[in-house]
Amino acid sequence: MAVFGRLSDGHAETRVLAELERRRSDIGGIAFKLLLQFGLLLALLVLAVLLVDVARDGWSVLSTRLGDFLGGTLRSRSIDERLGVHQGLVGSFWIAVFTAVFSFPLGIGAAVYLEEYAPKTRVTRFIELNIRNLAGVPSVVYGLLGLGIFVKTLGGLTGGRSLLSAGITLAVLVLPIVIITASEAIRAVPDSLREGAYGVGATRWEVVRSQVFPYAAPGILTGTLLAMSRAIGEAAPLILVGAVTGRLGTDPGFFDVSALKDRFVAMPIVITEWTQNSGRDIGFASAAAAAIVVLLVFVLALNSTAILLRNRFEKQRR
Amino acid sequence: MTRFLSIDDLQTGKRRIRKEQLVRAAILFSALISVLVSALLIVSLLREGWAFIAGVDWGDTWASGWYPRRGMYDIRTLFVATMITTGIAMLVAGPIGLASAVYLAEYASERVRAIVKPVLEILAGIPSVVLGFFALFFIAPEVIGRINEDATAGSLAAAGTGVGLLTIPLVASVSEDALKAVPVDLREAAAGLGARKRVIATRVVFPAAISGIVASFIVAISRAIGETMVVFIAGGAADSAAYTHSPFEGSLTMTAAMASLAGGTDQVKGEGYTFQSLFFVGLLLFILTFVLNMIADRFVRRVREQY
Repeated sequence: MAVFGRLSDGHAETRVLAELERRRSDIGGIAFKLLLQFGLLLALLVLAVLLVDVARDGWSVLSTRLGDFLGGTLRSRSIDERLGVHQGLVGSFWIAVFTAVFSFPLGIGAAVYLEEYAPKTRVTRFIELNIRNLAGVPSVVYGLLGLGIFVKTLGGLTGGRSLLSAGITLAVLVLPIVIITASEAIRAVPDSLREGAYGVGATRWEVVRSQVFPYAAPGILTGTLLAMSRAIGEAAPLILVGAVTGRLGTDPGFFDVSALKDRFVAMPIVITEWTQNSGRDIGFASAAAAAIVVLLVFVLALNSTAILLRNRFEKQRR
Repeated sequence: MTRFLSIDDLQTGKRRIRKEQLVRAAILFSALISVLVSALLIVSLLREGWAFIAGVDWGDTWASGWYPRRGMYDIRTLFVATMITTGIAMLVAGPIGLASAVYLAEYASERVRAIVKPVLEILAGIPSVVLGFFALFFIAPEVIGRINEDATAGSLAAAGTGVGLLTIPLVASVSEDALKAVPVDLREAAAGLGARKRVIATRVVFPAAISGIVASFIVAISRAIGETMVVFIAGGAADSAAYTHSPFEGSLTMTAAMASLAGGTDQVKGEGYTFQSLFFVGLLLFILTFVLNMIADRFVRRVREQY
């Protein structure tokens, strides 16, 4: 009570007590909080406005001729009744297949090596650093890799500007994402599980297969879903690799493997092409918006599955 | 007669060992693929990029604009446009992303966080072509058109705003991680001294997390520089661009110039070093983002070392 001791007269004491008990209105604090809330609301609002705007623009196409639109092909005029996204869907389907076939096993394999097998040497650290750097390389630069290596140097094998080149390019693009997310999932596995398995004589691979994989599976799956959604939404590398802008001669079916070495198009390219066409033919704007809605259905389905999956398992483990 | 346990009983079967070795070789191969990718990336950039550096008349790299098909490779045009879009993007993403991060880390209840964080992640997952469409058909007329009536239909300002929206989640999540990494002790100590919530947030937590926040900005800048489709669609220029430093006109950033050059025609045709210029710009872009990412990495590691 040293403070009160010095304030000898009773009046000061009452004042201090009153000051301590007073409800202070912290106007600066309230304003600051409101400002932060405003910033966050703005970010959420953007998403809402974007979704509403796109859905509204594409509604005229989606509500009247959805079936024809999904089955139709690229046309030079927006009024054409056969205008549609079928070729784009086929291209994006194969890109998803390529990421699943190439980057999932390679990415998960690399993650297992780095987390479970690799000695903590300089070489390992270099590989890890290299993967982090690859994850930060702009996607358009991966397009140059595709153009320089898969289209030009290996053109004989890939058919040049083909769906095959594009698929491999995007598989390479998402590889670091798969590795990084899988590594994080594997790192979260408690050591006690591993030690228990080693204790009963399991080999390293048996430990990974029977203990690490089951525990890390949701995390790994989340990463692969995010990687796939990234791959089907990418456009820039495809333009560099030589996706067709304009009309594509053929309309291959979904499982037409012979089309892999042909020229190709994918959903994001269809959207880009139609958006740019809207300058001369405004009808393409609503076609582009409708194509965006179709693409977003897939992308958002993949993303929200991934997020739900991760949140659910995080909650269980806590 | 009693049978004693011999060393042979403890050794495992040959098949088991072979399987182990096989798996090890396979996953080592997967890990080395990433090194191979980097090597191929650098080879493909340098092979054609060097041909440009060695062969081009450097007078052509200082012209009135970027006209690659006519042999005028004014890098300055692309660089200035890139800086303008990135600057505008950061004006949008910086404040909004940071405000979201501080609110989520310091103020929001668990329930609000549980709803808002996934929504931000959804925003992060929106493909950039979609943002490009949105920038051209919504941001350009509704936002930029109101700020400056003379702005062209597509402009660097519209594209920059779109890129900014795309990087908000990145700034928000990396900054929030940094703020969350600040130990509760600091907050409690400040509260014990009678500091108000706002003071704790701005004078205690914010300075303690500054490394991570700086890192989030650098990563966002690197991402904005490398963003292609929004500028390609909404940047208001195709194929070539005259030099401009007005954000309300159309121009090409480094990335958009690459996309324009590669798209459209069947082959990249043009005089002299048109094809090689593509790789030269790519090389510059690669170096620029690489340096920024390394710096950001350094900052992130500093956060980890501190706490």
